[in-house]
Amino acid sequence: MFVYFLKKLIVVLPTFFGVTLVAFVFIRTLPGDPVMLMAGERGMSEERHAELMAEMGFDKPVLVQYGLYLKQLAGGDFGTSIITKQPVLKEFAALFPATVELSLFAMIIAVFFGLPAGMIAATRRGSAFDHTVMTGALAGYSMPIFWWGLLLIIFFSGILGWTPVSGRISLLYYFEPVTGFMLIDSLLSGQAGAFSSAMSHLILPSIVLGTIPLAVIARQTRSAMLEVLSEDYVRTARAKGLGPLRVIGLHALRNAMIPVITVIGLQVGVLFAGAILTETIFSWPGIGKWMVDSIFRRDYPAVQGGLLLIAAIVMIVNLVVDLLYGLINPQIRHTD
Amino acid sequence: MRKTKNLIAAFCGATLLLASIHAGAAPKTLVFCSEGSPEGFNPAFYTAGTTFDASSRQIFDKLTAFKRGTTEIEPGLAEKWDISADGLIYTFNLRKGVKFHTTPYFTPTRDFNADDVVLTFMRQFDKNHPYHKVGGGKYEYFNSNSMPDLIKEIVKVDDVTVKFVLSRPEAPMIAHLAMDFASIFSAEYADKMMKAGTPDKFDFEPVGTGPFQYVAYQKDAVIRYQAHPTYWRGKAAIDNLVFAITPDPSVRYQKLKAGECHVMPYPNPADLEAMAKDPAITLMKKEGLNVGYLAYNSSIAPFDNVKVRKALNMAINKQAILDAVYQGAGKIAKNPFPPTIWSYNDDVVDDPYDPAAAKKALLDAGVKDLKMKVWAMPVQRPYNPNAQRMAEMIQSDFAQVGVTVEIVRYEWAEYLKRSKEKDRDGAVLLGWTADIPDPDNFLNVLLSCDAVGNANRAQWCYKPFDDLVKKAKVVSDISERTKLYKEAQVIFKDQAPWATIANSIVFQPVRKEVVDFRIDPFGGNVFYGVDLK
Repeated sequence: MFVYFLKKLIVVLPTFFGVTLVAFVFIRTLPGDPVMLMAGERGMSEERHAELMAEMGFDKPVLVQYGLYLKQLAGGDFGTSIITKQPVLKEFAALFPATVELSLFAMIIAVFFGLPAGMIAATRRGSAFDHTVMTGALAGYSMPIFWWGLLLIIFFSGILGWTPVSGRISLLYYFEPVTGFMLIDSLLSGQAGAFSSAMSHLILPSIVLGTIPLAVIARQTRSAMLEVLSEDYVRTARAKGLGPLRVIGLHALRNAMIPVITVIGLQVGVLFAGAILTETIFSWPGIGKWMVDSIFRRDYPAVQGGLLLIAAIVMIVNLVVDLLYGLINPQIRHTD
Repeated sequence: MRKTKNLIAAFCGATLLLASIHAGAAPKTLVFCSEGSPEGFNPAFYTAGTTFDASSRQIFDKLTAFKRGTTEIEPGLAEKWDISADGLIYTFNLRKGVKFHTTPYFTPTRDFNADDVVLTFMRQFDKNHPYHKVGGGKYEYFNSNSMPDLIKEIVKVDDVTVKFVLSRPEAPMIAHLAMDFASIFSAEYADKMMKAGTPDKFDFEPVGTGPFQYVAYQKDAVIRYQAHPTYWRGKAAIDNLVFAITPDPSVRYQKLKAGECHVMPYPNPADLEAMAKDPAITLMKKEGLNVGYLAYNSSIAPFDNVKVRKALNMAINKQAILDAVYQGAGKIAKNPFPPTIWSYNDDVVDDPYDPAAAKKALLDAGVKDLKMKVWAMPVQRPYNPNAQRMAEMIQSDFAQVGVTVEIVRYEWAEYLKRSKEKDRDGAVLLGWTADIPDPDNFLNVLLSCDAVGNANRAQWCYKPFDDLVKKAKVVSDISERTKLYKEAQVIFKDQAPWATIANSIVFQPVRKEVVDFRIDPFGGNVFYGVDLK
């Protein structure tokens, strides 16, 4: 298992290095620069523009800038935002827990509903339930997050008044973040009602963000289960007189889970992408919104650092997924 | 750090408790659904209105100020001022007894005085000042208003008197000092932070004399302020001010309807009708200090021919644009600045909408089958809510007079950069919102010869106009300045470097329980003087 893990890790390192290059080059290919944006309609003279670009170090050749950036990274310095003047790592650390909290709950909703829906749809193939699940999954996958989020806000918050409109917690509650996870911090604050306020604020954005992964997981689970259910060993298990729960839960599901776990791992990347829109709609202060703002402002260090950190997290998640394969199916780690 | 944060939370809670005990009632908290996050809390570094709302407009005062909801200048931290006959020396008598904020991280030991004024401006002016490079050393508004060339020196005469010595007369100087970049900081706090080895905190944990003091900022989520108890104009009616950062306008509206916020900016035009009918909401409106325009490149043929520019102006159906793009929320613009700015020349006659005459005029000018580009902004701005739509309407209007238009779009940063190039191909849609209520802020900034290749998107340098505008900048007599600007507007209309499109109306919905909120003509959100019933 340890060798299997090492082999996976060796692949991650050059990938990370490649990401530093992509992160560095990507923002610089975008038209415009932070100085011009700052000037706005007023503009500034070419001389002043050149002076400011030089002060920020953006006048050097791109390769030199990249070399300096790698040197900085090697020292654990992800740079300083040219807009807020705060260290990029500090900003990321302040906002990341919000995205994790939202993504985690979105994934819980997606797995909690998607897995059983897919399993039942597979075991009742062709039934009304199967058709409903598949149609629902297609609709969920196709719906624009922005529209879906607004719709839920208008209906559940505006018309019914069941949920708050946006934010992470009611403004009535004020406490310094300890972990950055609002559910935990609200409990630690000891303020009555804070936890339930945090929970109620999490409902709608989690549903919105979890909709696409739910749809994907449901469809993938159904597809994987159908394939496994037609295997000989499943037929043998049934023939031996094993109950349906044991056949499906123990024999079929374990093998069907391999592609499903892959999809769940890949959905982490989708969640980060979806978080951008969800965070904007629900005024959720996470890294998705922060990244978009940084791109619009041409905050080069923030975009570079943010991309790298997000890429690192996605790579770690996929590494964990790979390790899970090995645990679930020992054949894989011996073959690999 | 953790100890300070705990102190802040305790301070906030204790103050709320004290306020409620003394007031005998629950503290009043006003929630503003802000459209974005501030870049920081030192307005000298930044140019965005969102940042100014969070910083200068709540936390700080300036030497002079704009009377709430108006463009009228009134004394601020300077009680009165004297301008020398040659317009070069401004002597300010400072207000006594003005208190800086007492916060968990700073307790002032003295009142506001001349040292604070000197620190505020010398930091931006003097490259060798210990604070100049702190926070990056970029003071864009200070620089773009030519302050480094304009100011010769700043002299502390005594604790309550400061003198600004200029290198040349500058008629709008008093208005400049009411701008956000001129917010006054505490020299005592600056010294303390420098000695502690934490000068960055000076900008991140701000201290001012303004009506609200900074409490805390949860990044991209919430900013909290509380009323300055010893504010020199009198404590604010509301005890706590909260900015709930809500980027989407539809969500802001939902929050307003649900009572989760009291005031919101930048409503969706599509929501205005519903807001106007909502019994819980008052939809306030005011003419914006802005102008939207189409700037021809007057340095390139055939747009270097004034007859061509005038002809094209006659082809544009401004009323249709006002109805379709602004949805009626605006007025047709005939001059390069809005009617609310003094010296507006209402005698100027706009180019009539007359496609037949336009077609004839183009032919008379020797222009046939003209192909041109019209640049459309990719973003919504206060002076132009939908540039793409506007460009399409102009394309259609120009087609009727035999001109083929190709609509060009660039990403916003690229648009700003390319549109100012002297050899730009095409006419560009853009606009301007005033920094100060002075015609100089439009005519000189946007149309002077010095601004060609920069803010002067028409690349238009016309000596008779330029001479008038430059003269008006140095003359202090208001009636003489008015006369000069009125003449300049006549020349502008004759020469037509732009097609002036519209001055937009700004809408701002507030909940009915909000009392005496006034729309700021400069697009800001000011909460001193506002109450809740």
